Amino acid sequence: MKNLLILGGGTAGSIAANKLRRRLPTDRWAVTVVDSDDDHRYQPGFLFVPFGTYRPDQVTRSRRRYLSGDVDLVYARIERVVPDEHVVELSDGRRLPYDALIIASGVTPRPDQTPGLLGEEWGRTIHEFYTYDGSVALARALSTWPGGRLVTSVVEMPIKCPVAPLEFAFLADSHFQERGIRDRVELTYVTPLPGAFTKPIAAKAFGSTLSDKGIDVEPDFMLMEVDPERRVLVSYDEREVPYDLLVVVPVNMGADFVAASGLGNELNLVPVDKQTLQSKAHPDVFALGDANDIPTSKAGSVAHFAIDVFVENFVEYATGRPMTHAFDGHANCFIETGHGKAMLIDFNYDTEPLPGRFPVAGLGPMSLLKQTRLNHLGKLAFEWIYWNVLLPGRPLPLPADMSLAGKRTDLLTTARS
Amino acid sequence: MPMTMIAGHEVSVDDEGFMTRYDEWDETTGAALAAAIGIEMTDEHWDAIRFMRSDYQAQGATPTIRRLSTVGGMDTKRLFTLFPKKPAKKMAYIAGLPKPAGCV
Repeated sequence: MKNLLILGGGTAGSIAANKLRRRLPTDRWAVTVVDSDDDHRYQPGFLFVPFGTYRPDQVTRSRRRYLSGDVDLVYARIERVVPDEHVVELSDGRRLPYDALIIASGVTPRPDQTPGLLGEEWGRTIHEFYTYDGSVALARALSTWPGGRLVTSVVEMPIKCPVAPLEFAFLADSHFQERGIRDRVELTYVTPLPGAFTKPIAAKAFGSTLSDKGIDVEPDFMLMEVDPERRVLVSYDEREVPYDLLVVVPVNMGADFVAASGLGNELNLVPVDKQTLQSKAHPDVFALGDANDIPTSKAGSVAHFAIDVFVENFVEYATGRPMTHAFDGHANCFIETGHGKAMLIDFNYDTEPLPGRFPVAGLGPMSLLKQTRLNHLGKLAFEWIYWNVLLPGRPLPLPADMSLAGKRTDLLTTARS
Repeated sequence: MPMTMIAGHEVSVDDEGFMTRYDEWDETTGAALAAAIGIEMTDEHWDAIRFMRSDYQAQGATPTIRRLSTVGGMDTKRLFTLFPKKPAKKMAYIAGLPKPAGCV
């Protein structure tokens, strides 16, 4: 009997476990997931908790319930991986041997990495919304906030769900309008990027949405520290941005055990082949979802599309054959823009997000890089799809490879000339 | 792929002037590229550029500011002084490496 060990039972770990369990013979492979608790968070919901659109109890369900009955779930903290011995050491002293290892432990916001964030003002005038506790604390703070300067600040790229801070700024604009205090709020978006996004065509579209909503952008801002007493952000090139309420997206880092195992880069991300997700250092180790270093968005959609490809490869790998499938970096993200509308982007390693139409079988085309009601409904419907289709590993009518159908590819040459 | 003359050598560059062939670079070229963006190279500048090139050779990617700091042991604030405003981009330009990939 061989052991497939999956470290992390979040989006990527759960999809991989459920899909592979169906594809690997039960008399040949045991599939085991290791995670520290039973709380599976619907992370896209964290964006809506601060504005009261989602209740906190709406974002958590049982990990065990969303794993196939034939998948073992071990509740434990991971101490380290010993790749040369093909063993994972748990903090309770247990040692789990593996024949193949999947690291799916994601990334975590690390406010400790920026001086001035953690302190007495953390949870008071300084907030984040990338964790359950953070989004709940921010909901409390926003509900009674009288107005002033609200700054949304991305500390460093890459972060998971790179559009979420933009969405937060857009939703804050509508939230304050609905409360009738928008005229008492100054909104500023602070980013280390030269614009609203990394890719030029989307950056332009998001940039004009920010400016339409009266949200100021402070680009190229490499945050060095926060001065919680003076309430200013200070950049390495000595610029300052003042705030009354700071909503920060801290540095995102992979799990500490990845670093302790010598498997990570400077952000504890596992370097992998971007097409097969196989570790560059150890052929029996793979990293899925946010835990790896592939050059595309850290997003649930990427985990989903990548795993569609990875599962085919792993079945070949498990029977000693060469892996013949290649992931193209496909990402697909809804961007909430407020007032019941959203945008949609669809892209991969080679093709940046383009405007146009996005065909969905059985539903009709959705609009890319354009604010529509249908995109917003798509984003809301995704919650049901996440729990009932995506996690169980059932097929979605979306191909893993990005398609150019409907996209304004003519803009590519224009943008580059 | 456009070509351009730098310090008397014809080299390949991309649309933004970043050199595209690792082996076409030498320190004379680097100094000329630095001068073109108003940076006078000192030993401290060269230490950073040399680390960047060797790391690129080992990793196959232009190192980020974080990597220069955690792996290369360089002080980030100092890099902003040596290569003002956009150190990662300027250093890659001088080092003859691809522009650091914006993470998506």
